[in-house]
Amino acid sequence: MSLLELKNVSKIYGTLRALDHVNMRVEAGEWVSIMGPSGSGKSTMMNIIGCLDKASEGEVLLDGTLICAETADRLTEIRRDKIGLIFQQFHLIQYLTAVENVMVAQYYHSMPDEKEALEALARVGLKDRAHHLPSQMSGGEQQRVCVARALINYPKILLADEPTGNLDEANERIVVELFKKLHEEGTTLIIVTHDPEVAEVAQRTVVLRDGRLVKETVNENFTGVMKHRKVE
Amino acid sequence: MFLRLVRGAFLRQWKKMLMIGVTVALGASLATAMLNVMMDVGDKVNQELKAYGANITVVPKSTAVISDLYEVEGGISEGAYLREDELGRIKTIFWAFNIVDFAPLLDTEVTLPDGSTVTAVGSWYNHHLSLPTGEELDTGLPALRAWWTVTEGAWIDEQARSGDEAPACMVGALLAERMSLHAGDTLTMKGTHGEETCVIAAVFDAGAEEDGMIFCPLDVAQRLSGTEGLLTSMEVSALTTPDNDLARKAQRQGPESLSVADYETWYCTAYVSSICFQIQEVITDAVASPVRQVAESEGAIMEKTELLMILITVLALIGAALGITNLVTASVMERSGEIGLMKAIGATNARISALIIAEVLMTGILGGAAGYLAGFGFAQIIGHTVFSSGVEMKPMVIPIVAVLVVIMTLAGSLPAIRFLLQLRPTEVLHGR
Repeated sequence: MSLLELKNVSKIYGTLRALDHVNMRVEAGEWVSIMGPSGSGKSTMMNIIGCLDKASEGEVLLDGTLICAETADRLTEIRRDKIGLIFQQFHLIQYLTAVENVMVAQYYHSMPDEKEALEALARVGLKDRAHHLPSQMSGGEQQRVCVARALINYPKILLADEPTGNLDEANERIVVELFKKLHEEGTTLIIVTHDPEVAEVAQRTVVLRDGRLVKETVNENFTGVMKHRKVE
Repeated sequence: MFLRLVRGAFLRQWKKMLMIGVTVALGASLATAMLNVMMDVGDKVNQELKAYGANITVVPKSTAVISDLYEVEGGISEGAYLREDELGRIKTIFWAFNIVDFAPLLDTEVTLPDGSTVTAVGSWYNHHLSLPTGEELDTGLPALRAWWTVTEGAWIDEQARSGDEAPACMVGALLAERMSLHAGDTLTMKGTHGEETCVIAAVFDAGAEEDGMIFCPLDVAQRLSGTEGLLTSMEVSALTTPDNDLARKAQRQGPESLSVADYETWYCTAYVSSICFQIQEVITDAVASPVRQVAESEGAIMEKTELLMILITVLALIGAALGITNLVTASVMERSGEIGLMKAIGATNARISALIIAEVLMTGILGGAAGYLAGFGFAQIIGHTVFSSGVEMKPMVIPIVAVLVVIMTLAGSLPAIRFLLQLRPTEVLHGR
């Protein structure tokens, strides 16, 4: 059984079909990129996979649970237990330090454990910055804190929405390297991006246009390593 | 972590939290001031209302029966008297401390030198009483006739009178004008049992039938009428509690109609009817009855004053709650990204609501404490400005204000809580 399965999923806002009969499977341990231009339905799809929104039509199965039938509170529970979320804008709580930001996710999941939170920060190379506020960190460092926060509760899927969208190239590379490392450790990754160079690092890329899944490519030469950009 | 989140919100939004605290403090201070004044104002307003005269009259039982039969008030039955030596007992009843002033009255007809017949009223003025309880007090008519204007001379001073000196009397303005009497003149009165010559201590203007009468010391009236040691009625000014249903029932159906518990409540509350009942218990063959106009006016004024203060308190709390609503809603909207993130990483609506409520309640408690202290100051200002005395701090106000602050803060936070319940993480997290 696939870890995630979308069957004929549509999301309708009035007369607009943000997603239109999308079918997709993601296996455990897989690294999938979702690509597409603005308005193609990438974020809508991420919201539905991330239990932040419900599909208007179709079925979404996450780890064997039919999430489209669940209540809002139950979706919060599923999201808390099974999904790690990373956002383009980082969304760190500004008055909490890096380690406290990681502990917030623990707090809403079970019990805050500072030692474990420090280990998660060490995994993303930020042990020395654990007690810094977000305002004292670079964009790349903030995004790595987000990765640590997303990983702290051992989610089934790491779901990232434009994780490198606000980063310079050097930090983009660091974050992609981090994803590669997580993938090697067995984490399932779904990365929403409009950057082809970030997308092509994944094992598989699906392309959305006008809410439809129009293309799916498998990276035969998957290495998880990002190529150098043409323009530095 | 909860405390870290709360502390962080305080540090980050200290200006908003300060504003919320100040708003709560304002509401709490007004509530504290009004509640303290309201609880203390009863005695103070009652004291002020004593200027309107007695609120209880005591007459012999037979006089009361005749008054009831012919539906007249103040009629005197021939030969029916109260005993002067029993008057002190009035200060031994359960509500003795609520008896502010009292004075006996003895009406008698006297003939003046010009042959005219007028009513002379014997009474106490600044009569000194040594009670069996050891208490000493001065009581008399001046406090019960505060609206009289003394146009010449001064009130009779019983304590200044020496044994061989002629007694003093007061003459009503109409009588004084008719007979060209002035303060310092002497006036001879002839009663049924003797003749007395008094020095006119004062001419007074009562604006009523008393302007045609003479007021003299009780012993003078007793000698004139041959009723030594007796009086026809007594007026009492007592601090009373406004009547409620229980008091009205006791008044209408008699205390014997009350259950034991109700009777105890009624007896131990300073209702005018229970004070009357207790006066009847100590004065032989007497009927004490409230002067309805005065008693009811006092009750109505008290009730209206309390209602006004309750309204001010409620309006102040509503105003503060509206202020809190604006501030907390603004705070939550400003933090919508943070709240959306918390929801996205697994916080339930209940936990986020608890966080916001805890922040606001902590601010509210601090503001409430500051408001309570400020309210104490306001109460003193009100007390000194309106009643020329301080307002006693009632401990009971503390829990009431605490509950009001919590209700006001929670009510003020409701729209913000509603907003955060409806907040969808997807609307605030994608940044586009």
